[in-house]
Amino acid sequence: MIGFLQAVTSGIAVGSSYALMGLAMVIIYKTSEVVNFAQGEMALLSCFLTYMVLEFYGFSFLAAFAGALAFAAFLGGFLEFAVLRRAKEPNVLGMIIITIGLEMILMGIVSWKFGADPKTMSFPISPYDSVAIGEVFVSSLEVLTFIVALTVMAVLFLFLRYSKLGVAMKATQQNSMAARLMGIRTNRILMITWGISSVVGCLAGLLISPITMQPYMMWDPMLKGFAAAVMGGMTSLPGSVFGAYLIGIIENLFGSYVSIEFKSVVAFAIIVLVLCIKPSGLFARHYVKKV
Amino acid sequence: MDMKRDYYEDVELFSSGAVVFWFVALLCALAALPFLVKNYYIYMANYMAINVIVAVGLNLLVGYTGQISLGHAGFFAIGAYGTVMLMTKAHFPFLLALPVSALAAAFFGFLLGVPALRLEGPYLSIATLGFGLTVTQVIGRMSIFGGRQGLHTPELSIGPWHLDSDRDFYYLVVAVLVFLILTARNLIKTKVGRAFIAIRDADIAAETMGVNLTYHKTLAFAISAFYAGVAGGLYAFVLRFIEPEIFSLMMSILFLAMVVVGGLGSIFGSIAGACLLSWLDLELRNILSIPYLGGWLEALSKSYFSITGVSNIQFIVYGLIMVLIMLFEPLGIYGFWIRTKIYWKTWPF
Repeated sequence: MIGFLQAVTSGIAVGSSYALMGLAMVIIYKTSEVVNFAQGEMALLSCFLTYMVLEFYGFSFLAAFAGALAFAAFLGGFLEFAVLRRAKEPNVLGMIIITIGLEMILMGIVSWKFGADPKTMSFPISPYDSVAIGEVFVSSLEVLTFIVALTVMAVLFLFLRYSKLGVAMKATQQNSMAARLMGIRTNRILMITWGISSVVGCLAGLLISPITMQPYMMWDPMLKGFAAAVMGGMTSLPGSVFGAYLIGIIENLFGSYVSIEFKSVVAFAIIVLVLCIKPSGLFARHYVKKV
Repeated sequence: MDMKRDYYEDVELFSSGAVVFWFVALLCALAALPFLVKNYYIYMANYMAINVIVAVGLNLLVGYTGQISLGHAGFFAIGAYGTVMLMTKAHFPFLLALPVSALAAAFFGFLLGVPALRLEGPYLSIATLGFGLTVTQVIGRMSIFGGRQGLHTPELSIGPWHLDSDRDFYYLVVAVLVFLILTARNLIKTKVGRAFIAIRDADIAAETMGVNLTYHKTLAFAISAFYAGVAGGLYAFVLRFIEPEIFSLMMSILFLAMVVVGGLGSIFGSIAGACLLSWLDLELRNILSIPYLGGWLEALSKSYFSITGVSNIQFIVYGLIMVLIMLFEPLGIYGFWIRTKIYWKTWPF
């Protein structure tokens, strides 16, 4: 029983970082229908810049993290403005290719600059401190990740529902022509969306980097986050968080009871199964395609 | 000039005598190539030819049928491991092992095509991506496939001939390549090919016109996987050694990049894209030995970047090519070729 609870708890802990990446991808997909494969690498660049200013320039944690988030917002907005907006005849495949291309460029730059060897980033909370909840142990970093993930989800949910900007983002997604006619600057909305999404991704990256810090560190969280977002229907914020926790928990249960070797594959098997039953995810509203 | 006057002109393999002449000239050039160039370039030609096979197959799926696949490295791996396993464990001859393992890949393609029937866009991309990752993981973790250590390929002989050098192997690869390209070109001129294109353009409309979506979508996946399987089987013998890390997600992405850079929905484009990217792949592996540019990059890396990470420049180059092609020429190299052709045909105007 303790083993089971421990597996579930570590599943939730791991799921939190998937949830943040999933949220970041959902925000972009919701407004612009672009699957952003560069999400992880956008966060990676911000994380490595944080590492650089912390290690070599002696910034304080507060300044470095605030700077990282500001840089992430700028990077997201810049990529949308400079690259995505320039695409002619955008279609799903073309956008996927562009974001994969951006992903390769960003990862190439980071690993050219810093090399492939693992780094250790100093972080105010050590990933090795643990907190006991009953008889189950979690590290304090995992608790922080969990809190951040839930906070971000709540804030985004409220933001999209009640703030003027959030409503404008929804309007842009539902019908960008009508939104433009109502006086919304849809281009700017898209840019802001990319900025927000990049900040969320950067939070995930900063919370992962104390555990592992090398140029490939964002691959796995990004793919799992994407899988979680797809499971939640790609347009639903709570759906992607639910999917992320589900994937995290199943992955860990599978790892501890069935086979530790195939732990990282099981997420994709679940995805394929879920998609076979519900082709547009668990929480997506059904929509009818026009011919 | 390019007007089609009747059905037979649309479906014929060669549209004029000039095309036949150039095709024969190309075949002669391919046959003469091993006698003219150094061994390294023959290795490169083999590598290119294999990538061309995958790219043409993937183009049938992505460019003609309009489905996304980010998991073709999986089919590639099935082809490679299938061929080597059948030859070492079951002592199949190569000419039997290759088609059998390609058919196995096609079967997996069919299996993947079944859930893909109901999926599109991001859903399809994550499903295929998951498939590719799963295949690599399963192969890497099972000791029967050599696990992480990988497998060495057996001696290759076809009938009385022993193919033990790149030069011998080159003819086999090129023969398979020409056969598969002609097959693909023929296929898209048939009823099946037209059904693929109809599905890409508007699947619901195609269904109302009597195109069987289930049959044709799974068929597209199976054919595409078959091509990848054949290429995988040949690739094992080019490398002479296979391990699971080769068949990574990056490989699937590169296959997709070849198709997109070359031009979606064009066989010529796939050939050009695959040749360009595999040439870049081989050249950029030792980027510092490129004349002039290498020294400059070394100095740049030493002063601003790190010298250990210099090989990662190839990712930047690929990424730039992918992004720039999509931004400025969505039809890829093929689109560029068409525009150049029209420009010269109508020259003074």
